[in-house]
Amino acid sequence: MNYTYAVTAVALVVLATVLVGAFGLRISRTTSDFYVASRTVGPRLNAAAISGEYLSAASFLGIAGLVLVQGPDMLWYPVGYTAGYLVLLLFVAAPLRRSGAYTLPDFAEARLASQTVRRLAGALVVGVGWLYLLPQLQGAGLTLTVLTGAPDWLGGVIVAVVVTVIVAAGGMRSITFVQAFQYWLKLTALLVPALFLVVAWQSDGAPSHAFDEPAAFREQRTVRIDDTLDLRLAKPLTVTVDGTVDGRDHDGTEVALPAGTHRIDGGTRLTFAEGAEVPAAGRGADDALSPSRAESREERPLYATYGLILATFLGTMGLPHVVVRFYTSPHGVAARRTTVAVLGLIGAFYLLPPVYGALGRLYAPELTLTADADAAVLLLPGRMIGGVGGDLLGALVAGGAFAAFLSTASGLTMAVAGVLTQDVLPSRGVRHFRLGTVLAMAVPLAASVLVGGLPVADAVGLAFAVSASSFCPLLVLGIWWRRLTPPGAAAGMLVGGGSAFLAVAATMTGYPGAGPWHALLAWPALWSVPLGFLTMILVSLATPGRVPPGTAAVLARFHLPEELRTEERRTEVSP
Amino acid sequence: MPQDPTERRVVVTGPPRHARLRSRGRYPHSSGYYRPRTEIDEQTTLGHTYVRSLMRIQLRAGLTVCAVLALLIGPLPLVFAAAPDARRLEWAVLGFGLYPPLVLLARWYVRRAERNERDFVRLVEDR
Repeated sequence: MNYTYAVTAVALVVLATVLVGAFGLRISRTTSDFYVASRTVGPRLNAAAISGEYLSAASFLGIAGLVLVQGPDMLWYPVGYTAGYLVLLLFVAAPLRRSGAYTLPDFAEARLASQTVRRLAGALVVGVGWLYLLPQLQGAGLTLTVLTGAPDWLGGVIVAVVVTVIVAAGGMRSITFVQAFQYWLKLTALLVPALFLVVAWQSDGAPSHAFDEPAAFREQRTVRIDDTLDLRLAKPLTVTVDGTVDGRDHDGTEVALPAGTHRIDGGTRLTFAEGAEVPAAGRGADDALSPSRAESREERPLYATYGLILATFLGTMGLPHVVVRFYTSPHGVAARRTTVAVLGLIGAFYLLPPVYGALGRLYAPELTLTADADAAVLLLPGRMIGGVGGDLLGALVAGGAFAAFLSTASGLTMAVAGVLTQDVLPSRGVRHFRLGTVLAMAVPLAASVLVGGLPVADAVGLAFAVSASSFCPLLVLGIWWRRLTPPGAAAGMLVGGGSAFLAVAATMTGYPGAGPWHALLAWPALWSVPLGFLTMILVSLATPGRVPPGTAAVLARFHLPEELRTEERRTEVSP
Repeated sequence: MPQDPTERRVVVTGPPRHARLRSRGRYPHSSGYYRPRTEIDEQTTLGHTYVRSLMRIQLRAGLTVCAVLALLIGPLPLVFAAAPDARRLEWAVLGFGLYPPLVLLARWYVRRAERNERDFVRLVEDR
């Protein structure tokens, strides 16, 4: 692959992001502009901004990589990411806007009038935000490494610096422009190469065994294994080995491997014959962006699929960078319409990653054996089209990937910095917000440089599970149930979010190994979400004296249409 | 988060009577007609009942769509697990087929929720 094009594309995206941000900066004058874009962002611009912010590295690269490695079951991720907005629309969108809450801690305080609940929600927002930032920075590192061979940390540092500068300088208004711009950039960067790839696939005779299970090699192919890995074979396999397999050295000899697990040492070259099935790689194959790391089909029972569905459907509403966006809608009705537009935009985008995943199974199946399955989207144009055209399309995809890292990272930084400024740093004001921005980005950047090789990938799944079991009960019960009390909310968030966090943390350290316990802990949403709801309800019922006195008035504000609110007339701006 | 707290969180209790009468000036009728409206503004028990009825009808709309979503999504993993040979179906449904129903459900809900709110406004404004 030609580095020049890709580097130019990445540089252009970074430059364009800074320029569009600066354009917003010229308009962003008052404090209100700075934080919430003066609440005058129309549904269309806001919807593009929400979508641009939401489509992260995991969406842009991770889904195609997962589908390539693990097959169509992984398509539940994009479906869940989209359907999460439907659930948010049904129960949260309009009341959340009408609550006037800018962040989740604001919502907690407005609803429950409790500083304790506010601080707890703030801590969870910062935790979820940092967990979600980590894979963005690592994805940037991976992309730059795959494209140019630059060191791992460089991409992360570039994204961190650009995002910090934009957020600290322009605030929300400029971020709205940047995000809206980046949605269209990401869509183009995935759509145009996809069209060319589909044409190339057509002219190749439209082979369709990508949909078969498992994937197979279309031609003889040599794969170099970079890191030692375990190969799991369901059937015996004959392969030409140049290197070390199961501790025995081979020098270009043909070896018949029986079914079972085989250890391939790093640096080994395997040559697969045409039509050979692509074997499954076990632990050791580490996809940096996959929300769930290399777990084979056998290890993902039905339970895991349902856990994934629940976490993504209910977790979306609690992601800190999503909530902030709803406050920029002018009123509740606009917030609803914005959400419908978001569903359309995100759904349109998610039609594309499966195309890359399917083509990857056809044309780059060996990526399942290397550490770079997430790079499938980046490598396919060069692999299938080649020449200058392939380089140019590859550069376009690389630019889009960087747009993904930049946009999600800036939204998250904005949200985390907002919480840090309000609840941690001593005084308010724009200057402290800038300090908060630096702090919000410094911690995950340090973590991504330090923990480099760890499976931080699970961080995205973890963020969704924690959010679904803590913020989802808080939002849904807070909006629809008048008997919610501060102790109930605090207990529910602690028990639900805390247990989800511990469960996934235990899996990441490799505690239960395998079997049903592993699945139960790796996909906690199925039990931790009901646990969070139940704790919140039971503790609230046990403390009936603690229902905040203003509850009825607060709920009226959440649900009454704006035109019935005498004191809010001045903010009735047309969308 | 804006520095001026009045911009961020608004007072919901009814404004003083004279202020409300002044704000009523924008509407064609005199204040005597707006009984339900006044009840809500002044947070009487009757006013709360109005708000509660709006909440209930909106929650019902949300739960209805949510139930449709659950019926649509819920059986799918079982179907895919029961028919492991139907890979192409799984690709088609998860890759493309589910997005249009999601958008349609969202539009249906928004139409319903907005109609509920319009009806409610008509009710309390006594039009």
